[in-house]
Amino acid sequence: MRRFVQLYAALDRTGSTTAKRDAIAAYLHDAPPDDATWAVYVLGGGKLRRLASATELRQATREATGYPDWLVEESYAHVGDLAEAIALLLPSGASGDDAALHVWMEDRLPGLARLDPATRVAQLRSWWQALPTDEVYLLNKLITGALRVGVSRRLVVQALAQWSQLPTDLIAHRLSGDWTPGAASLAALAQPAEDDAHRAHRPYPFFLASPLEAPVESLGERDKWLAEWKWDGIRAQLMRRDDQAQLWSRGEERLDGRFPEIEQAACTLPAGCVLDGEILAWDGAASAPRPFTALQKRIGKLKPGAKLLAETPVRFMAYDLLEQDGADLRERPLRERRERLATLLEGMPPTLLLSPAADTDGWAALTQLREQSRERHTEGLMLKRLDSPYRVGRRRGDWWKWKVDPYTLDAVLIYAQSGHGRRAGLFTDYTFGVWDRGHLVPVAKAYSGLDDAEIARLDAWVRAHTLERFGPVRSVEPEHVFELAYEAIQRSSRHKSGVAVRFPRILRWRTDLSIRDADRLEDLKRMAEG
Amino acid sequence: MPDLLLDPRPEGLYCPAGGFYIDPAEPVAQAVVTHAHGDHARQGNARYHVARAGLGLMRERLGEPAAIEAYDYGEAFTLGEVQVSLHPSGHMLGAAQIRMEHAGNVAVVSGDYKREPDPTCAAFEPVPCDTFVTESTFGLPVYRWPPMTQVIDELLAWWDDCARRKVSAVLFCYALGKAQRLLAELAPRIDRVIYLHGALLRLTELYREAGVALPATQPLEEHARGAALAGELVLAPPSAAGSPWMRRFPNASTGFASGWMQIRGNRRRRGYDRGFVVSDHADWDGLVHSVRDSGARRVYVTHGDGHALVRYLREHGHDALPLAALGA
Repeated sequence: MRRFVQLYAALDRTGSTTAKRDAIAAYLHDAPPDDATWAVYVLGGGKLRRLASATELRQATREATGYPDWLVEESYAHVGDLAEAIALLLPSGASGDDAALHVWMEDRLPGLARLDPATRVAQLRSWWQALPTDEVYLLNKLITGALRVGVSRRLVVQALAQWSQLPTDLIAHRLSGDWTPGAASLAALAQPAEDDAHRAHRPYPFFLASPLEAPVESLGERDKWLAEWKWDGIRAQLMRRDDQAQLWSRGEERLDGRFPEIEQAACTLPAGCVLDGEILAWDGAASAPRPFTALQKRIGKLKPGAKLLAETPVRFMAYDLLEQDGADLRERPLRERRERLATLLEGMPPTLLLSPAADTDGWAALTQLREQSRERHTEGLMLKRLDSPYRVGRRRGDWWKWKVDPYTLDAVLIYAQSGHGRRAGLFTDYTFGVWDRGHLVPVAKAYSGLDDAEIARLDAWVRAHTLERFGPVRSVEPEHVFELAYEAIQRSSRHKSGVAVRFPRILRWRTDLSIRDADRLEDLKRMAEG
Repeated sequence: MPDLLLDPRPEGLYCPAGGFYIDPAEPVAQAVVTHAHGDHARQGNARYHVARAGLGLMRERLGEPAAIEAYDYGEAFTLGEVQVSLHPSGHMLGAAQIRMEHAGNVAVVSGDYKREPDPTCAAFEPVPCDTFVTESTFGLPVYRWPPMTQVIDELLAWWDDCARRKVSAVLFCYALGKAQRLLAELAPRIDRVIYLHGALLRLTELYREAGVALPATQPLEEHARGAALAGELVLAPPSAAGSPWMRRFPNASTGFASGWMQIRGNRRRRGYDRGFVVSDHADWDGLVHSVRDSGARRVYVTHGDGHALVRYLREHGHDALPLAALGA
């Protein structure tokens, strides 16, 4: 594992994507294929599941250090990363064990999951004892499954392309879906010719839109662009190949069995086609989808029961056709793909919908139409160049998301907690409250939206104005008002305030407002009804 | 009963029986100053009492006319009704712990200190006492310092790598204490010249005058820039990071030498390419051991968020309190 630890250190030390790509490519050349394949897997975001619980890791840490529970917790809150906090708390071990990465990934770590809890804790302690701090850290990261080192999946693809001398799009496609690590699958990635038997089970890499920041008129002529509503659901590819239908999420996770009504309807499609679209919660006769919060009831359910299926039915809103009759259409212009898609979906069951074009003459009329986004339960508009191919990943220029401005509310900072990653040790996770009969009740948590100078200022203020500590959380004097943006407010029985604020984030620190100016809960409740 | 040796006041930590302040923040008549860092040694006091080893640095900081009394480590002197002596704290050249004895009671204010060896100053000396005041800048057990040889190995490997890539290695470190400690640690390992930012020149010279062995250094010429500095190691204060001064290096790898670099989030947030874990403050083990070594019945914790250290000490049978509680 030492060679992989060195790669991790090299990646961690540089902010340059070129240097990172070179480091990964050099590692791929150096490392034995049965190790390199696992490096590709974990750097690309792959993880082994349920190896040890955080509780077991904490218990092993307490036993190995003799520190009390609260001190381990304070340390974790300060460091902002459990894997790192543990590595720093442990006495530094000998470097007596240099098992290969694939031995860890194929043998030791899966074996850990099969042990009973007490033996698992003992096993963790004995591994920790035989490793130096940086290797303990990486081992813990593999166990907790959060190995983030500023390497995107796209960067891994680029490094693989550099190493294999193949085009990035081909590598991206071969890596998509449930690519399983192994020396053979790494070799298959680098094969010049495509093996069609494997392709059948692989989605296409998704094309992602970028936010439109320039005025819409800067896009040129209106009739060169397709405008569609920006649906607020789960992006997915619907694959109808051979005799089965499969749904893949944007995280390239198979959604088998979660949305049976879509899989069933897809069986009426001709074999050999792949649709790109959005899964939406949608009641039978309704003219618009239900809000995202309704869909959330379905997301977590692996096998939804008859009651849930009846209460919260879903539909697939298709907006692109990537494959037809087994042929890859991605290089064809969007205009042609849309026409084929429309023809394909004619006469299909209502569970499969065609995302309608928002037809207007000129940008002014479209801008006006966009005002209806909220009442249509959409996030705004999508703008897609009609002569564009279906690209890979986030490439600017052909697909734009033109979202509507968020709702805002003014709320008072009431709790603060230290953050994670590059915000470790700073109070950056905030809870905000609004007024309810003379008291501030928490309604939203937000983590982002302040610049580094504001974070530093607020961090110092929190330290000096702490009222009470609850483990890592501190209650602070109500003094600062923030303007929060959010996407929706719903009634919620799971929240003490009675409302759930969706996707809150900090827009501005309202130093011009006093806490008396903050919003009132009754107004938020009224919004939730409207 | 009020404490006759320690009374935290807005101007600084006051010793009522001795009529003096320790590291006062505002001008007072009698100041006992632990060390020459700017947040401890301030101008404007009528009379100063410092350790002789740090006299040169104090003169530089406080100005030639300042009335400074210097004492050898361990030398007893009297202020008011208190017998005072200064003892090495290991923080930097001339840094002192302050021992105060009055009516059979002994209090020690350790100031800033560390337990790791440092070639630029005398090692921390445990001083038995009834009351011990400790800092807690790094008051969590995630802060345990790696051996200095390991850090110097990493630093040299980084410098070598920069030389190979023909980029300058710019190492940011505090201009007083940290910079000279790094130079002294590097001295036996290198035979190349190290470049210094202007802010380090005079302070480094004062260390040499005090007899500390340092390697060859060279001021960074006003006009030196670009290729001339490729592969060279340059020491600079943290304030130079992101300043126009940096423009002379078209290609530089940046490093920061600080105890805070122990945490990955800090390394990433500050945006330096490399972090080197070097601190002149005690790490967790250093804090806990020093409290134990003092044998004190009462421990006060100051500097930083001492909450965890206080609780840990209390759970281990020490009568520990935040120093602020004494004034309350």
